[in-house]
Amino acid sequence: MDAASALADLTEISSQVEAAVVLDDTGAVIASTLDDAERSARLARTALDLLGAADKRFESGGRGLTQLEAALREGSVFVAREEGRRIVATTSPEPASGLLFYDLRTCLRSLAEPKAESTPAPKPARPKRRSAKAEHSDKEETGA
Amino acid sequence: MRRLLALLLFVGGPVLYLVRRRDERRERVHLYYDDGSMVTLQHGAPEAEQLLALARSAL
Repeated sequence: MDAASALADLTEISSQVEAAVVLDDTGAVIASTLDDAERSARLARTALDLLGAADKRFESGGRGLTQLEAALREGSVFVAREEGRRIVATTSPEPASGLLFYDLRTCLRSLAEPKAESTPAPKPARPKRRSAKAEHSDKEETGA
Repeated sequence: MRRLLALLLFVGGPVLYLVRRRDERRERVHLYYDDGSMVTLQHGAPEAEQLLALARSAL
């Protein structure tokens, strides 16, 4: 699934999401629900900054930060990361955090899945018909 | 009129203060790790302030 479709699904499922951006490791925006490119880039930058600051202050014992929620009076900011991709979403105040994280992860995983339309599953190979002559030579080799 | 104003201030002031404090207490950061653990940083904690400030800029 492409990133724009995944985000469209996310906003359809989760009505509390006000804006969402999918980004890569470097902070480059892959897809966004926002029309304003500058705002999308700023949200992506904030996601990287939040993850960076949390990683720096709370790195311990080899555990890795996978998701983060910052709850404010005005709303909440959610960040989740998985296999080189990150997703950041802003919501209205007091969202259902568990559900929202689930939806964000589902969105990220749908991006990781291979495209079903562009790479159809290979057809099973039809067994080749063998001529009677070939079968006869096989029998001779095996001594049957 | 003055009495009414004084009463409003006497009642409304503390109510506003308590509402504001309750809202501030709701401000927090949850960090989730790959081993299943979670850390909560409450409003007022020095570690939380930087993260909350970053988040505020996004909203």
